[in-house]
Amino acid sequence: MIPEIGHFALIIALSLACIQAFFPIVGAARNNHYWIALARPAARGQFVFIAIAFICLAYAFVTDDFSVAYVAENSNSSLPWFYKISAIWGAHEGSLLLWALILGIWMFAVTIFSRNLPETFVARVIGVMGLVSIGFLLFMLLTSNPFSRLIPAPMDGADLNPLLQDIGLIIHPPMLYMGYVGFSVAFGFAIAALLDGHIDVAWARWSRPWTVIAWMFLTIGITLGSWWSYYELGWGGWWFWDPVENASFMPWLVGTALIHSLAATEKRGVFKHWTILLSICAFSLSLLGTFLVRSGVLTSVHAFATDPARGVFILSYLVVVIGGSLTLYAMRASGSLTGSSFKLLSRETFLLANNILLVVAMATILLGTLYPLLLDALDLGKLSVGPPYFNAVFIPLIVLVALLQVIGAMTHWKQDYAKRLIQHLKFAAIGTIVIGILFVLMLTNLTAVKAALGIIMAFWIFLGTGHIFYNKLSNKRDYRASLRLLSRSFYGMSLAHVGLGITIIGVTISSLYSTEKHESMNIGDSIELSGYTYQFTNLRKIDGPNYSSYEGEVRIFKDNKQISILKPEKRIYTVRSMPMTEAGIDAGLTRDFYVSLGEPLEGGTWSVRLYYKPFVRWIWLGAIFMALGGLLVVSDKRYRFILQRVKNSRDEAIADSGSAIKPAT
Amino acid sequence: MIRKYVPLLIFLTLVIFLGIGLTRDPHLVPSPLIDKPVPEFSLPRLADADQHLASSDLRGKVTMLNVWASWCVACRAEHPVLVDLAKKNVVALYGLDYKDNREDALRWLEFYGNPYVESAHDIDGKVGIDFGVYGVPETFIVDKQGIIRYKQIGPITEDILKETILPLISRLDGSAL
Repeated sequence: MIPEIGHFALIIALSLACIQAFFPIVGAARNNHYWIALARPAARGQFVFIAIAFICLAYAFVTDDFSVAYVAENSNSSLPWFYKISAIWGAHEGSLLLWALILGIWMFAVTIFSRNLPETFVARVIGVMGLVSIGFLLFMLLTSNPFSRLIPAPMDGADLNPLLQDIGLIIHPPMLYMGYVGFSVAFGFAIAALLDGHIDVAWARWSRPWTVIAWMFLTIGITLGSWWSYYELGWGGWWFWDPVENASFMPWLVGTALIHSLAATEKRGVFKHWTILLSICAFSLSLLGTFLVRSGVLTSVHAFATDPARGVFILSYLVVVIGGSLTLYAMRASGSLTGSSFKLLSRETFLLANNILLVVAMATILLGTLYPLLLDALDLGKLSVGPPYFNAVFIPLIVLVALLQVIGAMTHWKQDYAKRLIQHLKFAAIGTIVIGILFVLMLTNLTAVKAALGIIMAFWIFLGTGHIFYNKLSNKRDYRASLRLLSRSFYGMSLAHVGLGITIIGVTISSLYSTEKHESMNIGDSIELSGYTYQFTNLRKIDGPNYSSYEGEVRIFKDNKQISILKPEKRIYTVRSMPMTEAGIDAGLTRDFYVSLGEPLEGGTWSVRLYYKPFVRWIWLGAIFMALGGLLVVSDKRYRFILQRVKNSRDEAIADSGSAIKPAT
Repeated sequence: MIRKYVPLLIFLTLVIFLGIGLTRDPHLVPSPLIDKPVPEFSLPRLADADQHLASSDLRGKVTMLNVWASWCVACRAEHPVLVDLAKKNVVALYGLDYKDNREDALRWLEFYGNPYVESAHDIDGKVGIDFGVYGVPETFIVDKQGIIRYKQIGPITEDILKETILPLISRLDGSAL
C-alpha cells in the first residue's frame, strides 16, 4: 500500500509541476496576476508530494519490503539501518528520486527567499524550474519507477553493492546533487532574465548567492567522491579521470567561472551575456553528466546500472531544455558578449581571461570524455582516452589560472596602471622566486623540477593573497580593527584562493613523492618504505553484520619507535559473495600511511600493498577551504537582504550602473 | 548576429554524436579478425622472460585471450569475473599484458589473483596492434584450429559471460578438431 502511495504522490507532483511550468510563465507574459500567483503554491505543493514519495521509498527500505523491486535489488534484511537509508540512492531509480527531491528543496527555498524580488521575475524562475522538474518526474514515471512491484516477493534482497556501503557514499550523492541541481536556480534566473528582456545588474546580484551555494555543495560533493575512491577502492588513487568523475568536474569548472563572472557583472555591469551563457552551460553540463552516467553511452567503472532506452529519453530532454534555452539566448541576447566599459589592464580583463581558461579546461575534458564516442560515431574505431591526455592538457591550464588569479585579485576594476601593479606584485614575485631558487639549489632530478613548479605556484598564491590582505588594511597600526572592517566576501575570496594553493601542494607532492610496495608478507615480516618500517603483526577473522572479514594488523615504526597501527580488512560480503578491500589508513597533515590487504597466498602469507602518501590530505583540505570561502561569501551582509523577507532595500550597485530595476508587481 | 547561434550549433552537433552513440553498444565492435587465424606472435612470458608464449600455443584447444594491463581501471572491474571463470576450468585463459611494466603487472596479479594459464608480455604493444587492440580490456575467443571466433571490447560482465561467452565456448568445445 505504502509504495502505491509513493507512486501516486509522484503523479500528483508531476501534475503540479505542469501547473507550475505553464501558468506562471504564461501569466508573466500576459501580466495575469492570478496566474503569476500560482507559482509559489504549486512549487511548494510539488515539493511536499515529492517528499512524500521519498518517505514512502525510505519506509519500504527500512521495513524490508522486498515486494518493491528496487528494494529487493538494493537492500537486504541484514543491512545496517543507515545503509538501508542510503541504499535509496544506491542505484538508478532512487538516484532520480533524490534528484527530484533536491530540485524540490531548491524550488521551495526559492519560494521562500525571494520576497523582495519582482513577482513576475520570481514567477518565471519558478516556472523554468517547474519545466526542468517535469522532465525528471516524467522520466522516472515512464522509464524508471522506483515503486515497481516484484510479485512474488523474494525472501530477501540482493543487498546494496558493497562498494557503496560506506559513510562517504551516504553523503556524497546528496551533496553532489545539491550542487548539480542547485545550478538549476542560476539557470532559472538566466532564462527568466532572457524572457524578461532586461538583463541587468540586479539579476546578477540575485543570482549570485544561489550560484555560490550550489557551487559550494558541488565542491564538497566532488571532494567526498575523491576521498571515497581514495580509501574505498584500496588503490590509493584519488582521481581517475573517469567519465563519471569528469561529469561532475565539468559543471564545477564552469560553475567556478560563473561565480567569478557574476561578481564582475554585479560589481561592474560587464559580461552580462557571457554570464547568462555560463549559467545555461553550468546547468546543461549537470544534465549532460546525468545523461552520460545514466544512458550507458560511455563505459565507466562507476556506471552501475545503465540502459540505452533511457538514453533516448534523456537525450530528447537535453534537446528540449538546452536547445530551447540556447535558442532563446540567440534570439534575445543583444549587444556584445562581454561589454567593453573597461580598459585592457583591469580586473575585468583578468577575470575574463581566467573565465576563458576555465571554459577551455572544461572543453578539453569534455572532448577527452566524448572522444571515444565521437570516433565510434564516425566509424573511426574505438579507443579510450586515459589520464595522460587529461593531465597533459589540464595541468598547464590550471597553472595559468593560478598565475592570473593573483594578478587579477590585485588589479583594480575598470582601469589600472602597470606601474602600480608591478609595485604590488613585487613582493609576491620576489618571494616566489626566492623559494624557487631554494628549490633549484636542492634540485636533484626531473621530479624535483615538477615539484618545484607546483610549490612555486602555491606560494605565488599564498604570498600574493597575503599581500592583498596587507594592502587592504586601512589602518596598518591597529590590525584587529581593520581586519574586522574587511567584508566577508573578501575573506571568502581569499580563503578560496588559498584553498587552491593548498590543493596544488597536495596534488603535486602526493603525486610525485608517494611511494608504494606490493609484497607478499607473512605475520612478523617487516618492510621498509620511505624511512618507515611497516610490520605485519597480526591477522584475525571477524564478522560484520552482512560480511565476514580478515582483519590484518600492521604496525608502523620510525627509528624503532611505534607510531601507528593500521587495521586493513579483506571483507567478503555474504549476499553477493563479493570481496572488498577496506584499507587501513593513518591520516596525518603531512603524510598518510595506507595499507590494503590483497589475496591470501600459500602458507599463510598475504599479498599486501603498502603506501606512504605525503601531503595527500592537502588535496581535500584545500577543497574544504574553497567551500568555506563560498560560505563566507554568501554570508556577506550585502546578500543578507536579498535572502531576507524585507522589501525596498537600497541597492547601490543598481544605482551606479544606471540600469532600472523592474517595479515589483 | 550569427554569432549568437554558435553555442546552439555546438550543442546540436554534440547531440547528433550523442544520438549516434546511443545506437551503438560500446561493447560491440566488428573486428576484421573474426573468423581469421590468430595473428602470429611470440612474446616473452610475463612470469619468466626467458620463456616464450607464441600463437602456436593457442592451438588444439579452445582458448580465450584477454588483453589486460595493470594500469587499466576497467580491467579491475572485470578481473573477479575472470578469476571465477578460471576456477570453472572450462577454457584455457591466456593473458596479453599490454604496454605494461613487468613488475607492476606481476604485483597486480599477485594482489588480485592470477586467472591466467600464462600471460605474454607485450611491452611495446606491437602484438596488440596486430590484434587490433583499441583499448584495454579486450578479449578474444579462439577455437581449436586457432581461428578467432569472438571479440569482446571492454570488460566482460557476468551477463556477457553467461549469455554469450560460455555458450560459445561449449559449442566450440563440441566441434571436432
